[in-house]
Amino acid sequence: MAAKAVGPVKRSFAPWRDPASAPFIEFRNVTKRFGDFVAVDDLTLTIYEREFFALLGPSGCGKTTLMRMVAGFDEPTVGEVLLDGQNLAGVPPYRRPTNMMFQSYALFPHMTVEANIAFGLKQDRMPKADIATRVEEMLALVKLTPFAKRKPHQLSGGQKQRVALARSLARKPKVLLLDEPLGALDKKLREDTQFELVDLQQKLGLTFLIVTHDQEEAMTVADRVAVMDQGRIIQVATPAEVYEQPNSRYVADFIGDINLLEGRITVCNDGFIRLDCGVGGGTVEVDQTMDATPGENGWFAIRPEKMTLSLDPPENPTVNCIAGDVWDIGYLGDVSIYHVRLAGGATVKATVTNRTRLVERPISWDDKVWLTWPRDAGIVLTR
Amino acid sequence: MNSRTSWFNVTSVTLGLAFLYLPILLLIIYSFNESRLVTVWAGFSTKWYVELFSNKGLLDAAWVTLRVAFFSATVATVLGTLAAITLVRFGRFYGRTLFSGMIYAPLVMPDVIIGLSLLLLFVSVDFGRGFWTIVLAHITCSMCFVAVVVQSRLVAFDRSLEEAALDLGCPPVKTFFQITLPLIAPAVIAGWMLAFTLSLDDLVIASFTTGPGATTLPMKIYSQVRLGVTPEINAVSTIMIGLVSIGVITASLMTKRRQASRIRAERQAAANR
Repeated sequence: MAAKAVGPVKRSFAPWRDPASAPFIEFRNVTKRFGDFVAVDDLTLTIYEREFFALLGPSGCGKTTLMRMVAGFDEPTVGEVLLDGQNLAGVPPYRRPTNMMFQSYALFPHMTVEANIAFGLKQDRMPKADIATRVEEMLALVKLTPFAKRKPHQLSGGQKQRVALARSLARKPKVLLLDEPLGALDKKLREDTQFELVDLQQKLGLTFLIVTHDQEEAMTVADRVAVMDQGRIIQVATPAEVYEQPNSRYVADFIGDINLLEGRITVCNDGFIRLDCGVGGGTVEVDQTMDATPGENGWFAIRPEKMTLSLDPPENPTVNCIAGDVWDIGYLGDVSIYHVRLAGGATVKATVTNRTRLVERPISWDDKVWLTWPRDAGIVLTR
Repeated sequence: MNSRTSWFNVTSVTLGLAFLYLPILLLIIYSFNESRLVTVWAGFSTKWYVELFSNKGLLDAAWVTLRVAFFSATVATVLGTLAAITLVRFGRFYGRTLFSGMIYAPLVMPDVIIGLSLLLLFVSVDFGRGFWTIVLAHITCSMCFVAVVVQSRLVAFDRSLEEAALDLGCPPVKTFFQITLPLIAPAVIAGWMLAFTLSLDDLVIASFTTGPGATTLPMKIYSQVRLGVTPEINAVSTIMIGLVSIGVITASLMTKRRQASRIRAERQAAANR
């Protein structure tokens, strides 16, 4: 996540931690129904100025509906949406200070690149000379100056995407809405464009709201991520928090790979939890403060890269250690993923970085292995 | 693909083409006949074309036909386009099935019945029959064709283009004229041309709804043919066939050219990235 380490300004940007900061976009108890289908279910969310905010979830979770309510294409059935203190109820899309970049780009096929970018400015009755200057500025911003006179069908996918971006930024909207903006690009181009988006957002100092089902994309670009499911928000946090401290099995499972071991909480003190995971998992100890009572059911969640794989048993094989047989190995070049079958029948994944140039790995199929981890590597979840 | 030309293929194509075009070909050939007798060839001549342009009755009828076709096609295009938009865009409104059924009914309704019912209507409301009653009748029966053509284009239309225009501050009516209409224009023009040709060659409905002083070309030709086919009629028909052919060929050449340049541009874009 190189983009996150741009500078000290970025790192200290956290208006959501400051109770004094004013909300910019506010969803207040918003419900949206289409007939019997509840797309958004009593949702409350606050987004701050200059924030790059991502709505993340599987298709049909209500994330696009939420964005369309900001743009004005859908009105909430119940509740209200506020932008910069103004209630947006009844304000039509063409009077809202927001602009959207569509998933299909929605470039006007009968207009040149230039005319596409100028379209919004003409609606605002900007003087002709100013429009020309602004269009040139936008073309330079997305590095498409030589393509000004082309029609959309004469552009490649990546170029179309940049025209769409320039068009939606030309009117200097208060909020830029991005609906799966990179979905149609190939992987390499997508990665480059993600970083360009972040740079652009910081340079322009605008509020960006992005909708995506791609968790990597959300984590790369966003200051905060809202993970959604069935019209509700499950967790809102920074990408690192969502990844390292998911609040539920749903979030843990949706973001990246995770191993879940079911067990019973036996000790729950301030900063320490012990979990009994039975035959397969053994005893698990975690440095964690949480509100749980001994005897309650819990899940120990640990990411594959946080476990150490070894052919020799550790000194204390009873705590934070599980043993099993190598069932399968996925070699990805930079890392190998080991699927380890435990005594109870469950399978656990462990990632090992390939630090040496050995073609023959020391750990192979059917080897008996031990997986160990420190007390701060995993997390106990109760829902 | 099988590119072999078997005797069966050749025969069926020849028979099919002959069936369709032999009568027309005969008509064109006989329009250049020297003789007044239509069925006897007496050498090449263009005198019937010359004579045609001094036949005031035929020329007047042609002018009436063109005007009727122009007005009725234009109004039918506006109404048909609006009907298509309603059907595609307004989703499930109360009475939608009835509305679409009623729009498409004239497609399958016999011309005689349409003509007769319109005649009864015009008589009962005491509407002076003539030029405008033919126009009204032609609007009635050709707007459904426009609606069908435009609707098929609208179904494939990407709604997000309109949303993008709204999003960029363009009010709905302006969006329709600046974005939607230019993009469905090919279908609207095709609908207009269809309505125009339907009106051009209609005999039945025009005969029912016409009044004194408004004789269309098909009516004129029909009434003259009852007195015997003259080579003049052949000449008029040949000119009409020529006009229609030029129109069709131009339209297809234009689409083909546009497609070719589009494909070229897309290839270039793919190569440039």
